[in-house]
Amino acid sequence: MPALSQRHLLGIEPLLPGDIRTIVETAKSMKSISKRAIKKVPALRGKTIVNLFLEPSTRTRSSFEIAAKRLSADTLTLSGTGTSLSKGETLMDTARNLEAMAPDAIVIRHSASGAPHMLARILEPPVINAGDGSHEHPTQALLDLMTVEERKGPVKGFKVAIVGDIAHSRVARSNIFTLTKMGALVWLCGPATMIPREVEQLGARVTNSMDEALEGADVVMMLRIQLERGSGSLFPSVPEYAATYGLNRARLKRAKRDVVVLHPGPINRGIEIASDVADGEFSVILDQVENGVAVRMALLYLLITRPEGRGGTA
Amino acid sequence: MSTETANPTLLIDGCRLVDPETRYDGPAGLWIERGELKKIARTETERQALRARVAATAPEALRLEADGLLVFPGLVDLHVHLREPGFEYKETIRTGCEAAARGGFTAICCMANTNPVNDCRAVTEFICARAAEVSGVAVHPIGAISKGLEGKELAEIAEMKKGGIVAVSDDGRPVADSALMRRALEYARTFDLRVVSHAEDKALAGSGCMHEGAVSTRLGLEGIPAEAEEIMVARDIHLAALTGARLHIAHVSTAGSVELVRRAKEKGLDVTAEAAPHHLLLTDEVLGGSGAYDTRYKMNPPLRASRDMDALRRGLQDGTIDCIATDHAPHSEDDKNVEFHRAPFGVVGLETALAAGLSLVRSGTLSLAQLAERMSLGPARLFGLPHGRIAEGRPISLAVIDPNHKWTVDARRFRSKSRNSAFEGWTFEGDVAYTLAQRRLSYAAEWARPLTAISEPAGAPTQRRIAGV
Amino acid sequence: MTSDPIRNSAPGTTGPTPRLVLNGDDVRRALARIAHEILEHNRGLNDLALVGVRTRGVTIAQRLQAEIRRIENESPPLGTIDITLYRDDLDHHLEHPELRSTDIPFDLTGRHVVLVDDVLFTGRTVRAAMDALVDFGRPRTIQLAVLIDRGHRELPIKADYVGKNIPTAPSEQVHVRLVEEDGADEVVVTA
Ligand SMILES: [Zn+2]
Repeated sequence: MPALSQRHLLGIEPLLPGDIRTIVETAKSMKSISKRAIKKVPALRGKTIVNLFLEPSTRTRSSFEIAAKRLSADTLTLSGTGTSLSKGETLMDTARNLEAMAPDAIVIRHSASGAPHMLARILEPPVINAGDGSHEHPTQALLDLMTVEERKGPVKGFKVAIVGDIAHSRVARSNIFTLTKMGALVWLCGPATMIPREVEQLGARVTNSMDEALEGADVVMMLRIQLERGSGSLFPSVPEYAATYGLNRARLKRAKRDVVVLHPGPINRGIEIASDVADGEFSVILDQVENGVAVRMALLYLLITRPEGRGGTA
Repeated sequence: MSTETANPTLLIDGCRLVDPETRYDGPAGLWIERGELKKIARTETERQALRARVAATAPEALRLEADGLLVFPGLVDLHVHLREPGFEYKETIRTGCEAAARGGFTAICCMANTNPVNDCRAVTEFICARAAEVSGVAVHPIGAISKGLEGKELAEIAEMKKGGIVAVSDDGRPVADSALMRRALEYARTFDLRVVSHAEDKALAGSGCMHEGAVSTRLGLEGIPAEAEEIMVARDIHLAALTGARLHIAHVSTAGSVELVRRAKEKGLDVTAEAAPHHLLLTDEVLGGSGAYDTRYKMNPPLRASRDMDALRRGLQDGTIDCIATDHAPHSEDDKNVEFHRAPFGVVGLETALAAGLSLVRSGTLSLAQLAERMSLGPARLFGLPHGRIAEGRPISLAVIDPNHKWTVDARRFRSKSRNSAFEGWTFEGDVAYTLAQRRLSYAAEWARPLTAISEPAGAPTQRRIAGV
Repeated sequence: MTSDPIRNSAPGTTGPTPRLVLNGDDVRRALARIAHEILEHNRGLNDLALVGVRTRGVTIAQRLQAEIRRIENESPPLGTIDITLYRDDLDHHLEHPELRSTDIPFDLTGRHVVLVDDVLFTGRTVRAAMDALVDFGRPRTIQLAVLIDRGHRELPIKADYVGKNIPTAPSEQVHVRLVEEDGADEVVVTA
């Protein structure tokens, strides 16, 4: 099996399609471990994984913790809100302190785009991006791909609609990179305030019409909407947004009959997605959670045991 | 510096002199006596006569065998942040001047965003007094437009002029209030001062930290649209037309701004503009590649798209952009070594500007004579500074350049206190060998051809080094 | 396990000749004997199960299953196990060992499980396989069947059923070739 082309997982953008394939195939094997009586293998016994969660996140953090434990790794989770662990300490200070713990991998969630790149520039062990600002959330996109493939097979040629605040969504970016690399046709949809400049250059098509986005779609990904209002708001009111870009059963009729609906969670029910859709037969939202652990197990395994291992180049 | 470097008596023999004032670009011998330029010998006959006379009358003088070297007037930078008073951990007037001399500059203008702000005569005089302690580079302060750079009330511009300011600017905190900007233009005009506009609509720029475009979209960083600059360039040009004042647009970075300045000049307005070396040589693509999220590429205005860079180069070529100014903005490593969106804007530029300019000559953007003009006499004229001239009977102010010296930028070797260079790791061809200003040798590169005694035969120089430089 | 394609020897000469230790008939006879021994030792098929270690152990386990069916008209359940995640040498590889599926479609608890592999060498693979097995349940016994025992054990592990003991030097390589994968049954030793 080819090793990953990258030493870190900073985003999907630098990955090769073969890397994505390797990760998803490995995740499938990992998924079977979670179905056993003893949900644990000794693959990473004696390894230490630091989870650095500097932005509130329960779901992704627990998912990484479970993944590490199923591989028998020791984990150390440092979480904090805001930008530093303790007052006055910078991310660089934190990184240097971490190095003293000699971790075998560092998982980082941070509110700043590019924070994982900063760590990767100065630290030896592999750095895994668990979501950075508005940049990328690569493990989410990988688990989304795994989930869609489980239901519908390879995504090549699929029409995938991603609806919501594309400009500020790391989930959207990682999914655009993943899906276009795997040959799907990505449609981005939202009001123009939520569509970032020149996003077509990432290989996606843009529409402001929900109906056009949903027409014949194989997959629909709904993004979570920020409900806090202010002068920088991208839409005037929540009811107006829900009426214009919310997903409901009637709208979903335009999509393919076997359409799959994804949402990275947590859901604003009745706003970006109606409850009967979120809980309905098209929804794979619960599969996403299970696959999340498998994908993260795969990444930890592939990066920590990567041939030439630590100190290698990529 | 040792006394040996002061008041040098020196023959610079066989250089290529590029003098924008007389438009002379050709071979020359320059005879400097006790720090004053006494004779420029242009023809072969004149140069031979000069050589003979010096050998006979001044055997103790020094000689620089300058075959293959260029001589420009000492360079002039209209846009420098010296950080003193208030931010001496980033730069001081002394280290800023040392960096300037190393970059071939003999005169620099320093921005008012210090702490305290240079918004009153006392601060102006403090800066001038500190600068006077450091010889070798002339420092000309720029006063604030508004008190405390707050954009509310005019600063005491006339008083500051008595203290030595040469222009006014709220650089770094652009004047949002159009009425205040109008008053500033009118008032500064009264005292023959040019208003320097850092053109940026802060509300539109928002929390942007790089150029808004495909790269910011890929990186998930908030963008600053080109229009945030262009709206204010347009406003300030309209206000310049309204007031008949002198307006200078700082660090022009977009194609749209170049076009606005071009049209203003065609209308006959007294609007001038500068461009920074990083905008002339780099685009936002650098942040999309190996330099992703590297705060060395974070400055304001940000690195723009390649069409903007091309327009800036054309503007510099046709004179729409009057000069190159570095916007030298030192920041300490601790300041810069943070998450990209939290890092301060700014890059150092004094020690790489000339090399960057020479690369524009190599790429065919500028002639050598144009480069010399855009970096010395051109900017000096905009603020009415007595620099950029090479004339007999005046104190020396020269940059001696080796156009073939290959070097790789290593910011750890900078004279500036700060290391935040956007050109780190670049290999340039051409650099400053010697800087002479204010009757002294203010910089000699360690790799430069040594100065020899006149009495020693040419071509066999002893390695007598000028100490203490 | 293929030999280095870069040859140092001069044209016309060949490298060290591979030593054929079992031919096709030998392999078939050995497997038939092991099948009989398993049945004899366990007194028939009661609660018997076979688990092949990926990859060649699986093929051998399938052969044993067929052999047992020929004898008893009934066959024990067969599982496959991938030991990659149980290896103790993950750090020392030049390429990633391929992760394959583990498939044990029956409950191990209370069964007599015969672990099947092609070659028994250091014992580390068997140790990993036993660790993996017990994560799936609690077998009554675990027995070990191998086609070749080449010696040089690094762990206190001994096979219950051996096709053939072959003395080897530690540096030698033992190649087990099977009809299903290689087109012929044979075992050769190369330097
Ligand atoms: Zn500025």
